[in-house]
Formats: sequence, structure tokens, C-alpha cells
Amino acid sequence: MNTITRHSTTRRRFLQTGAAGAAALTLPMRFAHGAKKGGVMRMGKAHGQTVDSLDPGTHENGFTVAFTFGYNGYLTEIAQDGSLAGQLAERWEASADAATWIFQLRKGATFHDGRDITAEDVVASFNHHRREDSTSAAKPIVAPITDIKADGKHTVIFTLEAGNADFPFVPTDYHLPIMPSKDGKPDWQSGIGAGAYRIRNFDPGVRADLDRYADHWDSGRGHFDAIQMITIVDPAARTNAVITGEVDAIDRVDLKTVHLLKRRKGLTVHSVAGNQHYTFPMRTNIAPFDDNNVRMALKYAINREELVEKILQGFGVAGNDHPIGPGQRFFAKDLEQRTYDPDKAKHYLKQAGLDSLSVDLSVADAAFAGAVDAGVLFGESAKAAGIELNIVREPNDGYWSNVWNKKPFCACYWGGRVVEDQMFSTAYASGAAWNDTAWEHEKFNKLLVEARTELDEAKRREMYTEMQQILRDEGGALIPMFASYVFAASDKLAVPAQMSSDAALDGERWMERWSFA
Amino acid sequence: MGVLQLVAKRLGLGAVTLLVVSIIIFGAVELLPGDLAQQILGQAATPETVKAMREELGLDRPAPVRYVEWLGGALQGDFGTSLANKRSVAEQLGPRFTNTLFLAALAAAFSVPISIVLGVLAALYRESVFDRIANVATLTSISSPEFFLGYILILFLSVQNPIFPSISSVSADMPFDERVYVTLLPAITLTLVVIAHMMRMTRAAIIALLASPYIEMARLKGEPRWKVIAVHALPNALAPIINVVALNLAYLITGVVLVEIVFVYPGVGQLLVDSVTKRDFPVVQACCLVFAATYILLNLTADVGAILSNPRLRHPK
Repeated sequence: MNTITRHSTTRRRFLQTGAAGAAALTLPMRFAHGAKKGGVMRMGKAHGQTVDSLDPGTHENGFTVAFTFGYNGYLTEIAQDGSLAGQLAERWEASADAATWIFQLRKGATFHDGRDITAEDVVASFNHHRREDSTSAAKPIVAPITDIKADGKHTVIFTLEAGNADFPFVPTDYHLPIMPSKDGKPDWQSGIGAGAYRIRNFDPGVRADLDRYADHWDSGRGHFDAIQMITIVDPAARTNAVITGEVDAIDRVDLKTVHLLKRRKGLTVHSVAGNQHYTFPMRTNIAPFDDNNVRMALKYAINREELVEKILQGFGVAGNDHPIGPGQRFFAKDLEQRTYDPDKAKHYLKQAGLDSLSVDLSVADAAFAGAVDAGVLFGESAKAAGIELNIVREPNDGYWSNVWNKKPFCACYWGGRVVEDQMFSTAYASGAAWNDTAWEHEKFNKLLVEARTELDEAKRREMYTEMQQILRDEGGALIPMFASYVFAASDKLAVPAQMSSDAALDGERWMERWSFA
Repeated sequence: MGVLQLVAKRLGLGAVTLLVVSIIIFGAVELLPGDLAQQILGQAATPETVKAMREELGLDRPAPVRYVEWLGGALQGDFGTSLANKRSVAEQLGPRFTNTLFLAALAAAFSVPISIVLGVLAALYRESVFDRIANVATLTSISSPEFFLGYILILFLSVQNPIFPSISSVSADMPFDERVYVTLLPAITLTLVVIAHMMRMTRAAIIALLASPYIEMARLKGEPRWKVIAVHALPNALAPIINVVALNLAYLITGVVLVEIVFVYPGVGQLLVDSVTKRDFPVVQACCLVFAATYILLNLTADVGAILSNPRLRHPK
């Protein structure tokens, strides 16, 4: 089963009307009516560490993300069809330049301790990430917010440094839950949230137990009585756990043995095509990668189909050297797919004035599962083009602080973003902290700013298409593949036919969206 | 020197050892590339947030200052709080260490009697088929990596024949019998890993004594063979056996991280690995000190046991 994001007309309509100053009204999402209530859902997660905390600014792995979506409420969320839906925010409207946004909160929504959710809580929650000495990983995401203030009990006004038509997507980020405010500071320590489940027990790196919050504002979500989420890092142990029925579902199925798991009765292996992609960023300010001909030679020297087949076992699609997934709204489908072509690679090498090329490629499986093997395969296919790749195996430990964003050529992964602008601004914009290719492109940066406030959809599409083309033909990132999310679930579960593709396991919102059959 | 004096002296030396260990560990964590702020923020780190986190946690201060501060707290019994999730180290380590001790105790309850009985029997029936089989079987199990043994047990006892759960998710409120049940597979795995060492040492120690004149005398008296071994040889072989048992008990507590991972058992090993990965110094330090103290105490127990079992050591000239 392959589900691909489709953006509904809700968002399109909103873009047209929202910025014109009209209120975009979204109704609470309706989930499968008549879903069976009850039961204890047991999930085996590949992530979870003893150092995990309840501070949303530190959430980063599959365990903490699913956990926070379970016990916390958010202003908005990404629905299963990829559109934007209101959660604690009932509706929102923008000023004409899309630089001021007014969010109306849902009345009657409460925290687990029974308190009403007010504008003050929202302000405190966002300021947790915005304040000067914030340690939150979401600080760059909220940086464009120059001011946020409460107007009465149920209205919040965001002022942005510049217009952003996609701003209502920002609060869907898992770092940005609404927490109860205590003296102007959010109280994340208590674990009191506004989600469909409340925390009974959290043992970091081991397990989390949650119970359904009976007074949740939306009776359409949260069908299980209780959740047991267990960290099972070892792939063999995770597979055993789901086979022996110790858990009802697992994420990150081991692709090397997935063909055996599929044979197991009572289990279904699900695959959802998503936006997550694996990359080989080249730092464009370091020789020889400062020469686009060298970058092009390397882009033609990699056999993408082979990587999809051997590294992803077919659970994915070939990438086209830009970070926009085939299911995304402004995906440039007419852009020709780049394929393995050693002759073209040689041609570009000659253009660069080189007969042969020898470069180091730093890899570790911390970058993505199978990164070391992918590097070796890349090295083999590059030989035919006269390129010698010296595969440097780096330690997994410390990979993100010592190798990525530092070594001239390495392996990396990106979870992808639903909004094109977010993906580009995060990893390709001039000066962005995570611009791992150190890429500076005048035209690209100009288009990025223009497209953000452009309200004409056709023009916007044109701009994003051009940006994808620029990245494909000049960018520093070699993006060979988009990986699907693969997970296994017991047939006792009623797994929705359409699932979110913005993260694994139905956008990690399985707690509130799934039920027993 | 009496036993009490020895214990006091050794405990004093143990405290010095712990201090040295703590300095070495602090230095080792400092030597690791990257610090907690970078590791916690991972791919999402920006220079700004890393700096803010360092300031918040005091990681921007010089290393000796941080060590002395930690030491000051530790001497007063305060092991501090985890830098990563702000929970107190004692609160985190306590339940994990209880789990580890429980698993070690269960494994020891199987492995110690089995290996000593097997060792005595192997010595009794030296060079017999039984001796050969016992040797080959235990050497095979000790030579296999423990995760491999774990997977084999899971395959036969939980996937093909669903007798035991494949993951040992124990929790504090679990009744004792259920806890034993879910912990049984990892305990059996550990038993298989440690049995060979203790059994072979028992056998060797007894056999070494069998050539002594007093054993010959006992035999000439017409004592049955089992009695010669159990009553005459075993008590004198106790010292080396106690030593090897203590060593293996220490291993059961400190060296089981692979088994913990295979069976998803929430013990100290996993906590230590996670904390090292994230450079969470207070937790690393506490785990290592607990491990070091375990070794020191078990070694001390072994020595005291050896002295008590040997009158010559009890009454030195």
C-alpha cells in the first residue's frame, strides 16, 4: 500500500482567501466514525534514549515525537491527506501582507488538569523557543516571529518579520506543543498537556504509559483506553516482539528481512511514501566541490536505481537532486529524472579540467540505515566515470557534531518538510544554520523570499519549479533517494487506508488516529 | 592481621580507587569529541542554541572546576542531576540498578550451583564421557557471543514455541513470580555465558588437589570417591572457586549490556551507553562508580571468603 500526500483544496482556498484578510474556517478533523473504542495499544519503537526529556525543545526522535503528539495539543496539525487542519486553534486569518496572523483558540479545550487553554498559554509556549537564551532545537523555526501577544482569552496575534503565506503550517511542528503557563513560563516539567492521552508513567529510554484523557475536546480522536510505548532499539528484538505478539506494531522494519516478515500470518507490513530523503551533501565552498562541473560529474556517477533496490529494498524512489518529494504540492514532475551516466560524468570532469577525480566521502550508519553500504556502491559506480571515491567510515558516535556540516562530502538524511518553503529555508537558504552544502545562490535566495509571499498559485508553482531545477543542476546536495516509511502492524489493529506521509506511523499520530479492528 | 582489620584497610583502599576511577572517567568523557549540548541537539544544533545550552548547564566553565563541583556533591551523597533530562541521577539509576541486580541474582542462582556441581562431577568422573560432554557443552556456550545465544533461545523458546516472552519489559510494580518469568530468558542466556568459567575452575582446583598426599591417605582409608572429593578435596579448593565465582558475579552485574539490548531489559548497561553517547557526565560517572564499587566489594568478599575457608590464612604466624 502506498499513500502519497495530496494537498486538499482546503489549503489552496485558504491561501487565496486567508491573505486577503478573510477568516479561514476549518472544522475539527473527523476521524473514522464508529471506530472501535478500547483496548491497550502496545507499540515497539526503534527510538528512545535515557536522556530523553519532556522539554519539547529537545524532542528529536521517533519516540519523543509520537509521545508528544499523544499527550500534547497543537494549534494546527497536518491531516492525513496532507492538508492543514485546526486543533486548538479553531480558525486563523492573516493581514493582507501575510505578516500578521490572528489565531482564534477553540473554546472548551482543556489541559489534563482541567484548566482551560488560553491565549496566555500559547504565548508562553512559543516564547519557550523564542527567548534569547533558548536551547530549543525549534529556535530557528520560530525566529521569523518578531512578536506574539494575547488579545483577550482566546485570541493570539503573531507578527512576523516578513510575510509568510504558509505560516499556519509552522505550529504543526512537533517542537511546538501548547503547554500550561505558570507565571509566564511554560510548565513542561509536569507533563500536563492537552492531548488525547495523559501520561501515567514515563521512563526515558525504556517505556511510556498513557491513558485516554476522557475530557478531551474532540471525541473523534483517541480510541484506545491506554497506550504502552516501548523502546526496542535492536531490530531483531523489535521484529521478534511483533512476531510473538508482545507488541501490536513496530516502526522501522528491518528492510533486510522484510520479505520474511511479510510471510508471517496476522501481520501486515505497511509502506508509506514520504518526504524523507537521504543525501550526500557537498560543501560548495570547499575545493573541488566549489566547481559545479565536479558536482554534476558526481551527480551523474551515482546509480540511483541500484541504491533504491539494494539499500531500500525497493521501499522508496530515486531522487532528483532536490529535496521535494513526489507527493508534495509543488513537486516539479516535468523535471527530467537524472540517471546514472558515466559518460556524462566524464564530460563534466573534462569541463572542470580534470581527467580523473579522487575525493573522500565520509559515511556512517548514523546518517541513515545503510549509508556505509550506499557509499561503497556509489564508489563502485563512480569508478566507471574515472572518479575514485575514498569511503571514510566515521564513527556513529558524534556524527552530527563532528562530521555532518563540517566534512566536505558526507552522508546525511532529512525527514523532509510538508511545506516547500520550510525545506528550502531550513537547508538551502543563504546563511541558514543547517545549510549543509554551504550553498549561496543569488537567484535561488531571491525566489525563496518572493515565493513566500506570492499568493498566485500558478506563479508560485513556477517559482518552486525553477528552484527545484536550480538545485538539481547547480545545488550542492546529491539526493539519490526518497525512502518510504515501513512499519508492521498486527491485523488486530484497524490501520487507516490513508495515512499521513510527513512522518512514520501516520505522521506519528497513530495514538489518536488508530483503533482496534 | 584479623579479618576486620583487613576489611577496613581494603575498604579504605577501595575509596581511593573510586576517586581515581572518577578522575579517569571524567577525563575520558572530556576527551570524547563533542559535548552534551551538541549531542542533545544533534542534527538540529545551531551555534546559538549550543552556546545557550552550554551556558545553562555550566559546560562553558573549565573542566577541573566542574569536576571539583561534582566531587563536592558526590562526597555529600548528592550525585547531581542528569544534564540531559534534569532528573536526579539517583532517581534514574536506582530502578535500573535494581533491575540489573535482579537479573544478576537470578542468573547467579542458576549458574553458581550448576557450575559447582558440574565441576565436582567432572572431577569425580574425570576423562569420562560425562566430563567430555560437560566440557564441550560449556566451552561452546562461553565461546558463542551472548547475543547469539540470546537469539537462539528466543527462536526456540519464544518464536517457535511461545513459552517465554521475547522481550523482558519488567516494571517496578510487577509481582515477583511474573518478574522471574519475564526475566528467565536473559537469565538463562547469562547462565550459559558464565557457567564454563566457574565449572572449569572448580574441576581444575579439585583435580590439582587429587594428587596431594592427604587425598591419597583418604583413599587408602577406603573412603568412597565422592566422599574423598566432597569432604576432603572441595573445602581446600574453595579459595580459587570463591574467587572465580566473585569475578563472574561482577561480570553479571557490569558486563551484560548486549543481553540487555537483545531482550530489551532496562538495566544499567543501556543507561550507561546512552549517557556516554550523549556525554551526560553525571550519569556516566554514577554508573561507572557503581560498577567499580561492585568489583571492589566482590573482590573483597572473595578475599574474606578465601581467608575464612582457610585456617592457615585465618591464623597467620
